[in-house]
Amino acid sequence: MKTDRKLHLARQRKQVIAFNLFRILSITVVAILFIILSFIIFNGIKVISWEFLTAMPKEGMTKGGIFPAIVGTLCLISGSMLFAGPVGVLSAIYINEYTRDGVLKRFIKLMTNNLAGIPSIVFGLFGMSLFVNTLGFGDSIIAGSFTLGLLTLPVVIRTTEESLKSVPDSFRHGSYALGGTKLQTIRKVVLPIAFPNIITGLILSIGRVSGETAPILFTVAAYFLPKLPHSIFDQVMALPYHLYVISTSGTNITESRPMAYGTALVLIAIVLIVNISANGLRKYFGNKVKMN
Amino acid sequence: MSNDQYLMTNNLSDIINKPVRTDLVIATRYVNLFYGDFQALKGITLEIFPNTVTALIGPSGCGKSTYLRLFNRMNDLIDGVKITGNIIVDGEDIYAPETDVVELRRKVGMVFQKPNPFPKSIFENVAYGLRVNGVNDKKFIQAKVEQSLVRSALWDEVKDKLKKSAFELSGGQQQRLCIARALAVEPSVVLMDEPASALDPISTAKIEELIYELKKNYTIIIVTHNMQQAGRVSDTTAFFYLGELIEYGDTKEIFTNPKDKKTQNYITGRFG
Repeated sequence: MKTDRKLHLARQRKQVIAFNLFRILSITVVAILFIILSFIIFNGIKVISWEFLTAMPKEGMTKGGIFPAIVGTLCLISGSMLFAGPVGVLSAIYINEYTRDGVLKRFIKLMTNNLAGIPSIVFGLFGMSLFVNTLGFGDSIIAGSFTLGLLTLPVVIRTTEESLKSVPDSFRHGSYALGGTKLQTIRKVVLPIAFPNIITGLILSIGRVSGETAPILFTVAAYFLPKLPHSIFDQVMALPYHLYVISTSGTNITESRPMAYGTALVLIAIVLIVNISANGLRKYFGNKVKMN
Repeated sequence: MSNDQYLMTNNLSDIINKPVRTDLVIATRYVNLFYGDFQALKGITLEIFPNTVTALIGPSGCGKSTYLRLFNRMNDLIDGVKITGNIIVDGEDIYAPETDVVELRRKVGMVFQKPNPFPKSIFENVAYGLRVNGVNDKKFIQAKVEQSLVRSALWDEVKDKLKKSAFELSGGQQQRLCIARALAVEPSVVLMDEPASALDPISTAKIEELIYELKKNYTIIIVTHNMQQAGRVSDTTAFFYLGELIEYGDTKEIFTNPKDKKTQNYITGRFG
């Protein structure tokens, strides 16, 4: 009995150690996030004002606001989603619903995975060479949107593919057995079920798009441009690049430091709002799918 | 030519060289099916009579579900399936190149093992088959939905909540909804793949009653693992074993006086 008790204690000790190890590690993760967030909020909240959000930058970007950068980032988000959304979703439908398991499917998947592994600066240079120079878009919203879209395409394809894969085949078979064609089955059964997850994937990739700097560096982002764009062929300022500029190469870095914190806070807030709304949308559409 | 004669013909070339009879409602003639290298069905020749219930029985992996799925070409959805022989539905060889598979599946309805209603309303579930077949007339759809739900003995339970999600129904109700869904497109044949295996005894009894009612208007082929069920609902029974059709005939005859030893062993529960 005594040895049993010893064994029992030893086991219990291991349990406790493992449990605490896991707990400490996950607390660390949360703590790091919390520290970064509170650091930025603490330093950034002071400059946040109506003027900061809606005015043009002034006096060598040490005063005024970041309005054009906010607008620019929103333009780039919508532009890149308009491109990557349809292309990515349709590609994923093709991969998951139309190709049979085989060389072609494996090849496409390998390529999309590789695309996801390419450093963003390479996308930036590629975008510059293709969209800006070869296609002659110049530094413009359209060139930047395409570049960002290409960057996020693998993510969109992958999440859409996963959403489609999670639709049980029994639904597809039910539709086929009633005389539904493949297209009808995809449109009326598969897509509505997968829709909430597809939307979530799209919105989460927005988070990535809005924070990228390298791809927009040579394709769209303006160092200083105190006016709003009039067409998709105009340059814009963008939040991440603006942040980079005023913290490293502005006219007066120390004076624009508070502005930098403010910009970072706005950028993070946009990403957070987008993520939270993704959750809300998924729940909303999730309920809707069940109802009709 | 009766089915017994088919079975008694041992000479393969005799079967193969006979002209295909096209006046039969449902028949298969020397059908082989391969999953890659594995032969799942071995020369199945069978004739199914209109307005009857035919039960396909046999131990797991004997090919009965695969055989069932021949009639609406659901096996086409599986990679690497190869089929030889003739399968006739309503006098036409459904594996002929000119066959419209979509039209075939409208004519040959199917109910699956697990209830699989779409995540849509009860109404939309039944209307789905009509809509994908190009019916837009609202009144017609409404009438058809009601008629199908009445036929599947579900109308009284759902008539006040047609707009509710199909997922709110119990498993047994969902299965009857799936039957209603299949009936809405007016098939002549209904295939059922163990339709009650996921249901409780009361729901099972309801489904069996329904099958009995339905055979007045439809030809039904049902796969079942449940011997009592086969005995209760079917007129004819086919016993499959390792991809072969061992015995086929009147259900009473098969259950009381099986000709083959394997059939006898199976229905008496000695293996399976």
